[in-house]
Amino acid sequence: MITKRIIPCLDVKDGRVVKGTNFLNLADVSSPVKLAQFYTENGADELVFYDITASSDGRKLFTDILAETASKVFIPLTVGGGINTVEDFDRVLKCGADKVSVNSGAIKNPDLVSAAAQKYGNQCVVLSADIKRVDGVFRVFAKGGRENTGMEAISWIKKCVASGAGEVVVNSIDTDGVKQGFDIEMLQAVCDAVNVPVIASGGAGSKQDFVDLFKAIPDIDAGLAASVFHFGEIAIPNLKRELYKNDIIVRLK
Amino acid sequence: MIAIIDYGVGNLFSLCSSLQIIGEEAIITSDVSTIKSADKLILPGVGAFGDAMEKLMTSGLDKVILGEAQKGKDIMGICLGMQLLFEKSFEYGEHKGLGLIKGKVVPIQGDIPQNLKIPHIGWNALHFKNKSRIYKNINENDCVYFVHSFYATDCDESITATTEYGKELTASVQKGNIYGCQFHPEKSGNVGLKILKAFCEKEDK
Repeated sequence: MITKRIIPCLDVKDGRVVKGTNFLNLADVSSPVKLAQFYTENGADELVFYDITASSDGRKLFTDILAETASKVFIPLTVGGGINTVEDFDRVLKCGADKVSVNSGAIKNPDLVSAAAQKYGNQCVVLSADIKRVDGVFRVFAKGGRENTGMEAISWIKKCVASGAGEVVVNSIDTDGVKQGFDIEMLQAVCDAVNVPVIASGGAGSKQDFVDLFKAIPDIDAGLAASVFHFGEIAIPNLKRELYKNDIIVRLK
Repeated sequence: MIAIIDYGVGNLFSLCSSLQIIGEEAIITSDVSTIKSADKLILPGVGAFGDAMEKLMTSGLDKVILGEAQKGKDIMGICLGMQLLFEKSFEYGEHKGLGLIKGKVVPIQGDIPQNLKIPHIGWNALHFKNKSRIYKNINENDCVYFVHSFYATDCDESITATTEYGKELTASVQKGNIYGCQFHPEKSGNVGLKILKAFCEKEDK
């Protein structure tokens, strides 16, 4: 059967990985290319590059780095950040991205998902949603989680999937950074609502959190995290062995 | 030299890079003389079967591929490129394929339990049938990366590997000098690179 995916997310600003890393034996820890190679050799199933650059010079640097990574790393690459138009899809796909993730861009322009899906196929379009409970209701937040759009999250996700989003990344603002586990309740609600792959994000602090995630929600397809991988708190090969021991099907090499 | 046939579908950046990293000279081309002078051909593809076949026919590349196949040149179809090798596809209507391998391409939907998601996307294990030379450095259960909503069937005699997703799905085929991979070797890490390397090797008869 299909394996559960483990996905490190790299935030890239002006061509460098930010949010610090502390790998031993890795001379240049903020080189996106080197980190991508390191993760690929160490069991990552896919990589997400998130462009948090604001300037156009930074954008150019990002696509250069992406192309260099894609010429050396041969696992699926997803790119997010600053994707607002179909031209933005084109810009990163030409540099070797396999999938493109949209967040605020889809909120600002509701036609972006369908336009991109028609041009590049559903498998290429990933909806990334930042979600937070407000008075007991899941709400979609924009601008990196700073702005409440007022939209109800589950219906928003269903609408985007109907428009052609082929995967959904659910980032729970409520559990993000807390390192006490994934937001099982929120993720289950999304899995119940759509029949495309759902990727869990926000809250991973330990290997057990991933075991709990895949045990609690057999339908979840992947777990995504950043700092716990970058700071070496969780080594992916160890994580995969732990999952395997718990009867969760993973790719072991 | 390996010619990656460019007929206007899909992104060939990773495929070309993957061949270069294993030390092969790879050229993305639609030029007939380049294709004819290549040692081996790769037919890539993502998107819809009907569109892709139409593009091949409009450009006349279908005839070129059939001619090279006839001469015994090794040809590998990847993903949609593999599906194009078959006689026909039932992706949104019925379309004629290149007919290099006996069999047809049908939707996964309806053939697997409803709770399984479509497309079949992610890393899944290979199970060998008639083991192909492209797997000479690969082990049973090694994982490769799939993204597809249709699969090849009625092609038992050509199947070299299957994968399990609610049922056995065709993962790869071979008939003589014609090879097909439903998965993406260029996105399957070291396993994928070894498969490409084995395909590219000159003599293994």
